[in-house]
Amino acid sequence: MKTMTTQPGADLRPEGDLRVVGKPLPRVDAVGKLTGATAYADDIELPGTLFVKILRSPHPHARVLSVDTSSASSMTGVTAVITGHDLPTKYGIMPTTEDELALEHEKVRFVGDPVAAVAAVDEQTALAACRAIRVQYQPLEAIESIEQALLAPGDEPIHDYAGPANIHRLAALEFGDVDAGFAAADHIREDVFFFEGNTHLAMEQHSSTATYVGDQLTLWSSTQTPHYVHRALSKVLDLPMGHIRVVAAPQGGGFGGKCDPFSHEMVVCKLAMITGRPVKCTLTREEVFYAHRGRHPVLMWVRTGVAQDGKILAMHFRTALDGGAYGSYGPASTLYTGALQTTTYNIPAYRFEGVRVFTNKAPCGPKRGHGTPQPRFALEVHLDKIAQEIGLDPVELRRRNFVKGQTRTVTQLRITSCGIKEVTDRVVKASGFSGRIRRPGHGMGFAVSSYMCGAGLPIYWNKMPHSECVLQVSRGGVTLFCGATDIGQGSDSVLATVAAEELGLWPTDIRLVTGDTGFAPVDLGSYSSRVTFMAGNAALMAARKMRGILVGVVAEQMGCSPSQVEVCDGKIGELAFEDAAVLAQERFGVLSTHGTYTPPSDLGGSFRGAGVGPSPSYSYSAAVVDLDVDSGSGEIHLNKVWLAHDIGRSINALAVKGQVEGGVYMGLGEVLMEAQAYRHGLHKQPSMLDYKSPTFLEMPEVETILVETLDPEGPYGAKEVGQGPLLPVIPAVASAVHDAVGVWVDEVPVTADKILRALDDLAKGRPGRFGPKSFPDVPYPTMYKVAPRDAAPTSF
Amino acid sequence: MSEAQVSAIGSREVLRLCVNGQGRELLVRPYATLLEVLREDLRLTGTKHGCETGECGACTVLVDGVPKLSCVVLPAQAEGTQVTTIEGVAQGSTLHPVQQAFMDCGAVQCGYCTPGMVLAAKALLDVNPAPSPGEIKEALAGNLCRCTGYVSIVEAVEQAGRALA
Repeated sequence: MKTMTTQPGADLRPEGDLRVVGKPLPRVDAVGKLTGATAYADDIELPGTLFVKILRSPHPHARVLSVDTSSASSMTGVTAVITGHDLPTKYGIMPTTEDELALEHEKVRFVGDPVAAVAAVDEQTALAACRAIRVQYQPLEAIESIEQALLAPGDEPIHDYAGPANIHRLAALEFGDVDAGFAAADHIREDVFFFEGNTHLAMEQHSSTATYVGDQLTLWSSTQTPHYVHRALSKVLDLPMGHIRVVAAPQGGGFGGKCDPFSHEMVVCKLAMITGRPVKCTLTREEVFYAHRGRHPVLMWVRTGVAQDGKILAMHFRTALDGGAYGSYGPASTLYTGALQTTTYNIPAYRFEGVRVFTNKAPCGPKRGHGTPQPRFALEVHLDKIAQEIGLDPVELRRRNFVKGQTRTVTQLRITSCGIKEVTDRVVKASGFSGRIRRPGHGMGFAVSSYMCGAGLPIYWNKMPHSECVLQVSRGGVTLFCGATDIGQGSDSVLATVAAEELGLWPTDIRLVTGDTGFAPVDLGSYSSRVTFMAGNAALMAARKMRGILVGVVAEQMGCSPSQVEVCDGKIGELAFEDAAVLAQERFGVLSTHGTYTPPSDLGGSFRGAGVGPSPSYSYSAAVVDLDVDSGSGEIHLNKVWLAHDIGRSINALAVKGQVEGGVYMGLGEVLMEAQAYRHGLHKQPSMLDYKSPTFLEMPEVETILVETLDPEGPYGAKEVGQGPLLPVIPAVASAVHDAVGVWVDEVPVTADKILRALDDLAKGRPGRFGPKSFPDVPYPTMYKVAPRDAAPTSF
Repeated sequence: MSEAQVSAIGSREVLRLCVNGQGRELLVRPYATLLEVLREDLRLTGTKHGCETGECGACTVLVDGVPKLSCVVLPAQAEGTQVTTIEGVAQGSTLHPVQQAFMDCGAVQCGYCTPGMVLAAKALLDVNPAPSPGEIKEALAGNLCRCTGYVSIVEAVEQAGRALA
């Protein structure tokens, strides 16, 4: 298929000409959510539904010797019991990570790994039947840390692929002459950091219901990626794609936690096929902690060489990711820990080495910012330390290294619109960061970041558009069909706003059929902040075609040229929209237009590993955090956060503000308290009480500043906001803590006990620092020195 | 599990509830929580659940005007009371001022905490029509939200207070 070179989104009309785009309008789905009418996945209950409970492993690592389901199967109220023998096909989100079974019948790899499933008349009966299943395990040595995973295992590796030891993935890439850069540097600094894992904690527990009627399978599920679930079901159940329909129900939060195909989704489908009845499974909160796929714990080592004036000459970044028990998005996660350092700073020579290991814990995957919050924390704090060392203002050090728009990074990523300087200026000015008056215990911290507006490549290789929309006008009504999934971020509202803008209507005039693989065309899913940019562009293309049809018919009716037909306020020229639509339908039959989006093909390089990082555009964020630290208790009191974000253009100013505030909140949760931690393979706090997350009382004032850079390829110039604003908050807090009490906590979360230990060390004349002491020896492969990009016909 | 146990699980008790102003008499499982009775027996699925152990606030309903976590209330405890769920807040198709303010302020994102938040906010405004931001935060601190960062919810409750004044 031909890659589009001229994007449909290049509409840079001044804001005054736009009637609904950019306005702070309520969400199109607000009324349903406010009245209880919206049906989330667990609100779906079809007549005759059977309920499923899943039996899970109590061992972090064990061979499964036998599974005896005979007692469970004969219990009153039990309709079917299945084990791994019934679902023997492995799956995984990436073609290279198909290492999971829906039910494991040979080996379990973490506490919570699914082993058997029961469908019964109610949950209580299914639970009782699960308890009647007899499983014989042979426990194996559990791998609990990155360091342990790098050593030869005592019993056996967790997986029989990859290696050596429990290494899942390795990467070693070099761009530019790193050794020469370090040789020329006036100052060289090395630091080690650790970022503990944490989880999404979406309010909604995952739920799925399946039916199988007349060879047609339908799954309603809490999924951010119905298209990928569709593919996985086809493979695991050996059914043709055309006989499967996956509907992403409205979601009670995603944050990346509903991006993988999950065991319970496979299980309800299989049980629906076996029983012929609707089958439903809703995970308990504890099970959601095991389902996980959240933030990887990452150890990081970074070495940077700078010139006397603070210009970065070379950087060497090493990461080691604790991946948990399965592959998931792991190969991508690994590369993401090295991918976006170069989209904020001009680093002329850059070396990245990454490793992901398997451990016997719940599998990690993508959480808001996927693989980039950890290195962003390390990088920003590292630069603060360099600034301090060479006596330069930390903001000024950054400014001297900022990337510029319309350039290529040394890692060959294409940067187009770039508001990094503007977001910095705005946030520094608004917060009074530079001229602040110092008082004991008070601190301010600053950091910047950038994030992708959608991954440049799909998760599996295919040449289909990344997003498609069909717009249908019939009987005067407008329906937009798109595979995109509203997980709470407001993508339905974005699509409706784009269509409404072009057709002279209001967003609530547009009926939406989204996230439904049976009725809507392909969209790859709600991940990598891709929907506004990609599905938004597809919707724009479809809407402009529709507008053209309607305007053409009305112009003919009015006896004027199409350019004289105004489209606004529910009218097409002198006709009401409905009358214009009926007129066109009389002429052509039902009206249907189609829009697609495929990213340009030249966003990044062509080397192995170049698939991670390219994006049609990057958003930029800057944060200043103002806090007080009680040096007696180590407690942090947040005063205020300023967050400036380069949004390109707001499609909905109210929704954008909400995404910024939500991103700031989630960043604060990660840096202050959240941790998905284990003790001997057991999750330490699999409940919402024990897993600490910020409440109203911990949340400070947030000042949101939006910078509009009008991206040349985004719809109306829009860029992402769902993930970017989280990123700078974490290092800004660590920096502010140092500013307040003079100690560095080089480990997230930054908690009171760590601050106290660092203060204690400082008082004893030792370095006032808490954090990892060293980075392990990793058998990285031979460095792959990437040749510079060939001179492209374009200017960058 | 024995047949007798299954049979015991299958037994029902008579319960009289008044939900959203409507008297209901129903047979419920003796172990069911008020949350389960509302969602599963009465099919009032607007009441959500995030933990079922009294930690997140998603299942908040009003019992005689007081916010309660329905996942840790036994239905018998609600007999003789007025139970209000999110389905009973709007007047027909006209949103309650709290709902309207949540909509206008962008205090709804994924919407899953929203029913509990709206009810907790309504209960606060019923007894304190002009709460300070601090009072709002204190009153709603038991309701978790992962989307909004709470900022717009505080703004919405303040706005609703003004609308109700």
